Amino acid sequence: MNFETVAARPEAEAASPNEAPPKISCRKLDFFYGKFQGLKDIALDIAERRVTAFIGPSGCGKSTLLRTLNRMYSLYPGQRATGEIIFNGQNILDPGVDLNMLRAKVGMVFQKPTPFPMSIYDNIAFGVSLYENLSQRDMDERVEWALTKAAMWGEAKDKLKQSGMALSGGQQQRLCIARAVAVKPEVLLLDEPTSALDPISTAKIEELISELKEEYTIAIVTHNMQQAARVSDYTAYMYLGLLIEFGATDTLFLKPKRKETEDYITGRFG
Amino acid sequence: MNEHTYKQFDAEMEAIRSGVLAMGGLVETQLSRAIALLADDDHDAIDLVGADEKQINQMQVNLDQMCSQIIARRQPTAIDLRFVLMITKIVNELERVGDEVKKIAYKTAQIRGADSLNHVRRYDVIRAAERAREMLQMSLDTFARLDAGAAAEVIDRDEDIDAAFLAIMRQLISYMMEDPRTITAALEIVFIAKSIERVGDHAKNIAEAVVQVVKGIDVRHASSDQIRAEVAGE
Repeated sequence: MNFETVAARPEAEAASPNEAPPKISCRKLDFFYGKFQGLKDIALDIAERRVTAFIGPSGCGKSTLLRTLNRMYSLYPGQRATGEIIFNGQNILDPGVDLNMLRAKVGMVFQKPTPFPMSIYDNIAFGVSLYENLSQRDMDERVEWALTKAAMWGEAKDKLKQSGMALSGGQQQRLCIARAVAVKPEVLLLDEPTSALDPISTAKIEELISELKEEYTIAIVTHNMQQAARVSDYTAYMYLGLLIEFGATDTLFLKPKRKETEDYITGRFG
Repeated sequence: MNEHTYKQFDAEMEAIRSGVLAMGGLVETQLSRAIALLADDDHDAIDLVGADEKQINQMQVNLDQMCSQIIARRQPTAIDLRFVLMITKIVNELERVGDEVKKIAYKTAQIRGADSLNHVRRYDVIRAAERAREMLQMSLDTFARLDAGAAAEVIDRDEDIDAAFLAIMRQLISYMMEDPRTITAALEIVFIAKSIERVGDHAKNIAEAVVQVVKGIDVRHASSDQIRAEVAGE
């Protein structure tokens, strides 16, 4: 099977969900880990206020693609991206981009919950204080708002001064989502946010994703194909750094256009 | 189609596939028995047709349960999901064919020898029933081979059976108008002919389900020309 020809197919040039306007547009996006090319000529649009899922086997480039969207990779020497990622009219790969502001606008939640070793309240207030100078009262309101958005206020309101590290795994992950939401981003990137969680916590996060998409653009990387089918509006299937197929989740899981996609989602891969 | 990474999943899919073929084979046998009754060849067939119908019902229950288990345990997607959904649909169609065949057999038994009319019209009815049986056989064959092109031909054939039904109806109406004493027997033949026509409809539905699983398009309300065009387009 020649995946190079797959990438060159014409429709990949403008893989775009037509129905919602794009919030982020990637064009001719290449990514390199030193000499190794992790992403090859990616062209896709991430629709505004929709959930876009990236699926594919380990090493296919889905997490790499997610990490380019807020230039998280810039923290690591030897990693570079070329091409275009247009966000709010600007190519975020340009050298002059303010990375702190970019990451405030494009928040990220990781596979393992990463609460700071501080109180629940401070976990949320810390990020906000980097970008905004709020009064104590306004900060209190912001913390409550963020925890409410993350469906955690009820559980957390009586223990705001307790350490975030003392929460359960599912609560820690929702705290991380609250922390990401608190700085009022426009886009949320979720990198396998439930892979370390039990089914009930997973269901809560998935429910939360459905609610958050009313206001935020969400991109999620998941190994769980059923999760992609449940939570996303659009799904991108990636393999060996290439975007193989991108389309409406409803179509992709019922009648994918490409045999490679069908083999993967039906468990016939490899 | 490649094998699943889970070999047990392949075994479960093969079990429902072969289950449908076994069920289809029994329905075909049942229809052949009913045709023998129509031809007055086999008077004992009536009991066998009834027994077949019971067995067909049980097969429907078993296969539906197997499909439910696959959906619950494997969460099938794409071609697998369409295949499992198609199986549940075909199983229903076959069960209904079983019901129609039972009706044909029982009505035939009721009018046997009662009136000379059934001798007059018998040949046309038997011919229509044979066509319906061929169509059912072809639809099951398209299922076994997942052949969308052959399925489109089966769908076309339904018009022949519909035409045969209308011809029988017109002739029976003429008989009834000429001689009202034939009305009772003629009405029974109308019911038999209607059941045969329904067998053709169910065979057509099976063929449509095959097109849906292979092509991923719903052709239930499409014209023959549209279906042929869809099947031809890759």
